[in-house]
Amino acid sequence: MSHFELDARRMFCPMPVIRTQDKIKELNTGDTLEVVSTDPGALNDIPAWCRINGHKVIETRDADDEVFILIEVCDV
Amino acid sequence: MSQQRKAVALISGGLDSLLAARVMLEQGIHVEGINFFTGFCVEGHTHAIRKQDKSKPKRNNALWSAEQLGIKLHIIDIVEEYKDVLINPKHGYGKNMNPCLDCKIFMVNKAKQWAEENDFDFIITGEVIGQRPMSQRKDTMPVVSRESGADDRLLRPLCAQNLPETLPEKEGWVKRDELFGFSGRNRKPQMALAKKYGFEDYAKPAGGCCFLTDESYSAKLVDLWDARGTREYEMDDIMLLKVGRHIRPAPHYKLIIGREDGENKFLQGYKNNFITFKTMDCPGPLTLLDGVATDKDLELAAQISARFSQGRDKDSVTIEARRTNGDTTTLVVKPMPASEINPEWYV
Repeated sequence: MSHFELDARRMFCPMPVIRTQDKIKELNTGDTLEVVSTDPGALNDIPAWCRINGHKVIETRDADDEVFILIEVCDV
Repeated sequence: MSQQRKAVALISGGLDSLLAARVMLEQGIHVEGINFFTGFCVEGHTHAIRKQDKSKPKRNNALWSAEQLGIKLHIIDIVEEYKDVLINPKHGYGKNMNPCLDCKIFMVNKAKQWAEENDFDFIITGEVIGQRPMSQRKDTMPVVSRESGADDRLLRPLCAQNLPETLPEKEGWVKRDELFGFSGRNRKPQMALAKKYGFEDYAKPAGGCCFLTDESYSAKLVDLWDARGTREYEMDDIMLLKVGRHIRPAPHYKLIIGREDGENKFLQGYKNNFITFKTMDCPGPLTLLDGVATDKDLELAAQISARFSQGRDKDSVTIEARRTNGDTTTLVVKPMPASEINPEWYV
């Protein structure tokens, strides 16, 4: 199990979701991915994408005009 | 036991595609959604940029639809491939720069490719005959089926009873008599079906879901192409057309003037790509200059920028012009009176 980071700054919906989706395809079950975005909409959209595609959101937070979403890749 | 058939549904985030997918689920079909990002989708961008919009709840309607349906959604970036659809539409444009028929053919073709790669049996859309003037007419629906290559594997559950039988119907994968015969622009049948299925908070976009159907946006796009002498574009170009006031005082340059803090902040991100102007002695917009400019042009651009600052009624406003290499020039200008801004400069 490994930890990865995805820089989705200066992208707007749905690009942070697309980049997250594409990155998770490369990862293994149990890996974690932290996505950083400057689009506040990512705080809604990425967790929604995770819910419908069966991945787990461990934590979301925002600070200094950036949002962070920590995801655990699940077996789907 | 019969094999469960699989359909890929084009999900726009609107009511029709939501209902079409729901109708298939009702018939026991395994449905997954596909949503295409062209760069021109109305979804969220201005909302994310403009500060005044940030207090309103925000969601991606395609994701919302998929969640309501309990299906997976695959969002596909087609920004690069879409350029050819927009620049060279075989079937032409609609009222504005919207190549709706070519767009639909392209998307159904992409969905067909996805279905083949993922072992899905057919494609569904939420199209309704007569709903849209270009792509959703009785005479253009067969064109979409044929030119996309989907042929009879393309099923429109909401108006299927008005169209020839498709493969899923012929093979008995779906029951034709449980599909619908909707037509025209009347939304009442869809609203009644939404009520039956318990969908309440569905999206009701006033101007469709694509900026290319917007008259103002289309005018800015044509202006960009004309000024550059080419129809090529990059993602940043089409994003910037969604932001600010666009004023072209001369053919060789255009100003993009932020209208509020969120836009100013967004435009600031382009300071290394464009000459920028900001007011130094009063609150004001961040302005980008797209093109080439002489010293005289810089002076005029500063006067126009000052016009949209809180110093518009002062005798002079101090503006800092910053070149892309970081060099700055301070200009003290008289704000241009509104009456002197040629209405034809507004793009």
